Amino acid sequence: MPTEVLMPALSPTMEKGNLAKWLKKEGDTVKSGDVIAEIETDKATMEVEAIDEGTLGKILVPEGTQDVAVNTPIAVILADGEDASAASAPAPKAAEAAPAEAAPLQPSPVASAAPAAPAIVTSAVANPPQPEALPEPDVPAGTEFVNQTMREALRDAMAEEMRRDGDVFVMGEEVAEYQGAYKITQGLLQEFGARRVIDTPITEHGFAGVGVGAAFAGLKPIVEFMTFNFAMQAIDQIINSAAKTLYMSGGQVHCSIVFRGPNGAAARVAAQHSQDYTAWYSHVPGLKVVAPYTAADAKGLLKSAIRDPNPIIFLENEILYGHASPVPKLDDYTVPIGKAKIARPGKDVTLVAWSIGMNYALKAAEELSKLGIEAEVIDLRTIRPMDVDTILASVKKTGRCVTVEEGWHQSGVGAEIVAQLMEKAFDYLDAPVLRVTGKDVPMPYAANLEKLALPSVQDVIDAARAVTYR
Amino acid sequence: MVTAAKKSAVSNTVGTAAPKTARSAARRADKSSGGSPSTLEFSKAEELEAYRQMLEIRRFEEKAGQLYGMGLIGGFCHLYIGQEAVVVGMQAALKQGDQVITGYRDHGHMLATGMDPKGVMAELTGRRGGYSKGKGGSMHMFSTDKGFYGGHGIVGAQVSLGTGLAFADAYRQNGNVCLTYFGDGAANQGQVYESFNMAELWKLPVVYIIENNKYAMGTAVSRASAQTDFSKRGTSFNIPGEQVDGMDVRAVKAAGQRAVEFARSGKGPYILEMLTYRYRGHSMSDPAKYRSKEEVQKMRTEHDPIEQVRARLLEKSWASEEELKAIDAEIRDVMNAAADFASHDPEPDASELYTDIHR
Repeated sequence: MPTEVLMPALSPTMEKGNLAKWLKKEGDTVKSGDVIAEIETDKATMEVEAIDEGTLGKILVPEGTQDVAVNTPIAVILADGEDASAASAPAPKAAEAAPAEAAPLQPSPVASAAPAAPAIVTSAVANPPQPEALPEPDVPAGTEFVNQTMREALRDAMAEEMRRDGDVFVMGEEVAEYQGAYKITQGLLQEFGARRVIDTPITEHGFAGVGVGAAFAGLKPIVEFMTFNFAMQAIDQIINSAAKTLYMSGGQVHCSIVFRGPNGAAARVAAQHSQDYTAWYSHVPGLKVVAPYTAADAKGLLKSAIRDPNPIIFLENEILYGHASPVPKLDDYTVPIGKAKIARPGKDVTLVAWSIGMNYALKAAEELSKLGIEAEVIDLRTIRPMDVDTILASVKKTGRCVTVEEGWHQSGVGAEIVAQLMEKAFDYLDAPVLRVTGKDVPMPYAANLEKLALPSVQDVIDAARAVTYR
Repeated sequence: MVTAAKKSAVSNTVGTAAPKTARSAARRADKSSGGSPSTLEFSKAEELEAYRQMLEIRRFEEKAGQLYGMGLIGGFCHLYIGQEAVVVGMQAALKQGDQVITGYRDHGHMLATGMDPKGVMAELTGRRGGYSKGKGGSMHMFSTDKGFYGGHGIVGAQVSLGTGLAFADAYRQNGNVCLTYFGDGAANQGQVYESFNMAELWKLPVVYIIENNKYAMGTAVSRASAQTDFSKRGTSFNIPGEQVDGMDVRAVKAAGQRAVEFARSGKGPYILEMLTYRYRGHSMSDPAKYRSKEEVQKMRTEHDPIEQVRARLLEKSWASEEELKAIDAEIRDVMNAAADFASHDPEPDASELYTDIHR
């Protein structure tokens, strides 16, 4: 029986890739282990090996095809005696070939299709909504915007700041030769050399301390954690050394350093690799905590963070890395730390979110609009110092508020927002403030359980309806 | 069991260090250019300077202990009495621009870098004239002017931080070296070895000085360390190390010069294990029941770093009893003035509560 070769998922968050090259042609004999094609993802070019033996009967997706969805049949391998006509299944169009494991953001139940391929994962945000274009006040009218992925925007921010200031350098695991575990530092080694783009051993505690020491001496390190999960090894240096030394030295020794990397749940990597640390770091005086959602904010905030003379926790999100959004084409685009923005104006209820939480909030706002509820969505962007004024101004208008985060509820960022509103806007509230958060469990591995553990668009809709009594 | 442990700890004393030092130094001499005798003879001026500096630290610490007893100093207070030769000898090997970082037993290090006893004492009493405006206390003081980067309260944290200071020196190629001090207790911390690895990998100009005073708080070295020869702790990273008689300021300076020269010349890190001893408890509240009075007394009478210098000065007639007494009196005056300042300087203004959180 002919065997279909499927477009493989090469990372936990990969949804599609480009078929860069066929290394075998139709009619070639293939053995298990033969490299038959090269696939480009947004992170890397990978080789595809044959698992089955036989003859490459038919190539279903020609080389050069872009955006081939994971699990799309790309070729057929024939056993002895079979011919190509046995491969009757027509090649589905690439874009439609995604497994029915649909974006869990849809309020529909977990898709039960494609049960045969449970390992194939689509991201939790297949189609991330973009906020309406409300550019920063300091973006001049008529500025050209270019679509960039958050990955590219982050790299450009680092490259621009490294060109601008010789004291800026980047260190971390796989940041140099490998070009970044998530390809955020792609090309930096080539431009800036090994003196300023430094691969470290897998020793987070040690290299975080080395970075802080270098910052004490006046350098401006960017310390990349492959993910913030691993920064728990380094959290003593981050809090006890980086955050507190300015105070403990009476202002003598400052620490200009950016700790950055992906934070929170990726997809199907289970409890130790799927944790949201926003609330943890936001608790600590001396730190600033930034968590952008759009590519433009990622770029502008990272540039501001690198210039800031204080320790900054810069929380990225793996699922957002590959998503593109408009970035103003300016020589030096910065976004101020500590300023929230209204991502979508509305009058009936305030939704406060940041980072990937914005996905749930914006999608919910779209759905709520259909129900006649106009939600105002605030992208907090900086968690500490928190722009409470922007939240207050909105809630004084709407009288209702829902917070959205992937982290746990107890002592979460939402809990802080609730407390601020009770202290400062109690008389304006027409309903209790509700929190949509990750469930109070370690992140499970199974696809259905993982989806249940994360917040959903429906959760946000339900909360917004509850506080508007509609 | 405890007695045996103590015995073995005691047997690893300064007295037995000499042959190891010689062996290590010889091993070192093969690798580095030249090689020096482990104990340089000091000139009269050097002896007098070492005497003065070590005595300053001792008198400062005695005064600090007194103020603690009077309730003027709060919290933790870790005295350096007995270990003075280590910082005084090491500091003599440095030049302007070099950096020093250490843990919480830091008063001696600060005075050795030339920090003002008034500012240090006022920090101990939590006053506005302290080096950290009264916001750091005994364990957290800094003077960038003097190249002193703290003063860190988390055991072992300063090892990564000091490695980072050396990273900055290498990055800037400024020819400076960072002295990173830590104790026999910190030497068992994981981040120490993470730092050793990076320092050797990147050939950073750092000298690691392990002040082995035989007790990590109350735990004897032999009860906490599988390898009690700390000079060997860099072996698997190819970091050279040697044991030094840390009670002999001349031996410390000689070793310090070798190590600093090695690091400064771009050959990477170097480890010096200083065999030393603290006379007081771990902190002011430690009655030191884990060791015998005889052990302490023996160190005081036979190995005291200040007495050694004093004896040589008298023996060589480089100073008279009266002259040495005059130096002591002068130092006591300085420390009395520091204590007086620290007792009367106002506490920080309440507005300082919210300053220096962000720059």
